Amino acid sequence: MNDLPGIAFQLLQSVFVVLAAPLLVGWLNKCRAWLQNRAAPSIWLPYYTLAKLFHKDAVIARDASPLFRFTPYVLFGCMWLAAGIVPVLATNLPFAPAADIVALVGVFALARVFSALAAMDIGTSFGGLGARREMLIGFLAEPAMLMTMFTAAFISGSTQLTSIVDTLARREFAIYPSLAFAAAAFLMVLLAENARIPVDNPTTHLELTMVHEALILEYSARHLALVEWAVAIKLFAYMTIGFALFVPWGIAATGDWAALPMAIAALGAKLALAGAGLALIETLLAKLRIFMVTEFLSTAFLLAVLGMLIHFLVSA
Amino acid sequence: MSGIMIKTAIYGMVRVIYDLIGGVRWEWGMLVLVIGAATTLFGVLYALMQHDLKRLLAYHSVENIGIILLGLGMSMVFIGFGHPAAGILGLIAALYHTLNHAVFKGLLFLGAGSILHSARLRNLNDMGGLIRSMPRTAFYFLIGALAISALPPLNGFVSEWLTFQTALQAPALKNGVVRSLLPLFAAILALAGALTAMCFVKVYGVAFLGQPRKIGVRARFPATGGQQDPKSGSDPDFPPHDAGNMERFGMAWLAGGCFVLGLFPTSFLLMLNRVGVSLTGHGLSDEALESSWLWLVPTASAQASYSPVIFLLVIVGVILLTFLLVRRFYHGRVRFADPWDCGFPAQTSRMQDTADAFGQPIRHVFGPLYLMERHMPAPDDAAPRFSLKIEDRHWYLVYLPVARLAAYLSSKIGLLQRGRISIYLLYSFVTLIALLVFVR
Repeated sequence: MNDLPGIAFQLLQSVFVVLAAPLLVGWLNKCRAWLQNRAAPSIWLPYYTLAKLFHKDAVIARDASPLFRFTPYVLFGCMWLAAGIVPVLATNLPFAPAADIVALVGVFALARVFSALAAMDIGTSFGGLGARREMLIGFLAEPAMLMTMFTAAFISGSTQLTSIVDTLARREFAIYPSLAFAAAAFLMVLLAENARIPVDNPTTHLELTMVHEALILEYSARHLALVEWAVAIKLFAYMTIGFALFVPWGIAATGDWAALPMAIAALGAKLALAGAGLALIETLLAKLRIFMVTEFLSTAFLLAVLGMLIHFLVSA
Repeated sequence: MSGIMIKTAIYGMVRVIYDLIGGVRWEWGMLVLVIGAATTLFGVLYALMQHDLKRLLAYHSVENIGIILLGLGMSMVFIGFGHPAAGILGLIAALYHTLNHAVFKGLLFLGAGSILHSARLRNLNDMGGLIRSMPRTAFYFLIGALAISALPPLNGFVSEWLTFQTALQAPALKNGVVRSLLPLFAAILALAGALTAMCFVKVYGVAFLGQPRKIGVRARFPATGGQQDPKSGSDPDFPPHDAGNMERFGMAWLAGGCFVLGLFPTSFLLMLNRVGVSLTGHGLSDEALESSWLWLVPTASAQASYSPVIFLLVIVGVILLTFLLVRRFYHGRVRFADPWDCGFPAQTSRMQDTADAFGQPIRHVFGPLYLMERHMPAPDDAAPRFSLKIEDRHWYLVYLPVARLAAYLSSKIGLLQRGRISIYLLYSFVTLIALLVFVR
């Protein structure tokens, strides 16, 4: 535990993720604007938005309880914690053994419960509506997410993300058909959990169709900035979990400073590609009806289970 | 009640299966798993449909017994296949959840009791905004709700995590079918956990958050068995008060228990390991036993580890750091205003989601499981009314036939009771003769 380079790497990665997350959102928006033939906004726009929001006066509903004001900090803290667990730049981080993938799913669930509670705090009808839809998506996505994780865990014999990455990245090249299924399932879960388009529309202004936006309708200024930032980190964390499970190449080992620039470059390239891909998905697909989400996420679950069964069949 | 009484069945099962019968077979484990999975899902799904707080909590007890059975079943499967280390892990997970459930369910029932005592409400649809009048109760209830929803770093998470880790030992099994089925039971556990979270968002959001749904209207039913409270009719504006000192103490130590069981699981693990050793003669792996109090390691640290203390410290530290940074660099100005009305000024507290409305997605997704009676108003109804009645199928399938059988039997047995001394003397006489004939 008492290794200085490890702690330095840990701090570096946590700060890096928090600072880089809005850039990913900016890049995503830029790609989407290009694909939709609009004039693209600056890639730095999310940072300007955050700065603007931090400088505003917070407007809070009269009857808000302390829970309402506390929640943005909880969300931000949960996501920051997640960013510290996921091997983004390096494996074998000193903090990583404190929580494995099951605990990671638990962190995301904790954030979701708090945001749903905060939405119900004011007592408007849209808050409750958003909260129940968010929890619907949550309970549909969680088993699929765990099954995906289990497939990777069975392959590597561990639920530590670090060991998973180590086994998958440093193995001789082999094709795992089970991972292909798991990857498809994970992509669907990622879209659902991050309120992306087939499930929820992040740019909507129509309250009746909102899920995630309805939850944060009452937030403003610094609270809203923290929530938005947490959402950006969540997307970043999910993408890097995906990389860790399915394309782990290029990641550095802790303490290996020479490999760090390479790791950052590899991560940047992967994120750029994934962001563009996500923008493409969002442009091509239309939003599903809320009760079609059930079928969408059951498909994800079935794919993940298939992946797991294939792993057992092939390895047996 | 919920803490101890319903666990006697679990105690009995553990005693009978491991102690009396011995030589556990894996087929029994599969049976226990199937029953456990069904119990878990039905419990939580019916809980989501309830709007009576205490009945809702009771359905959650059903669910939690199912979770315990899942752990127990996995343990039996592993032991049946000759993997005692994983089997003990499952047994420990089951027993740990038994302990956890006693703590957080006790806490939640006490919270429900405080609400009943102070607001005289049991129907969730009448509550709302109780966090303002009962902030301390709300705080303790939140801890219980987070613990039962299996969220880290509280205690419910630890036992579910152990159950997941047991399921992850599945590749060691010889039988291919069982090996692929075990993770599916883990998926059911995950589904149940997420549904529980939804249910407690509903409970907490409807009862403690939002606006009061019934201002100045007290529920009509008496708070405790029969005696009418003088305040309930005469003083409608009597506000609900927070729980008293003794009530709060009762909740506080259980809430503390949620933290202790969640943060220092290793010492409890060692205690339960002794139980496992005494029942089956096997214990956990050496690495699991030698790990320090900080780390929870079920089998080997390369496979999985979890450190709730570090987890909690980091999350609290990060939240504090965020708070201080935001406060350091930006002003903390706040204006208070009405909630955003979305262009419709006539918002009332009746427009909030009720407990029944919150369960609507569940009714949609799992509709066929319920016995539902729904009346939708027609478009041209003069007095539109919407009514919904949900009942438990088991009531008609299991309990009513049993109750009818019991009533039938007792009416037949009642024939014996004639109330005449000569007939009772005849019974004694016949019994004596019979005894003399048979017991020679």
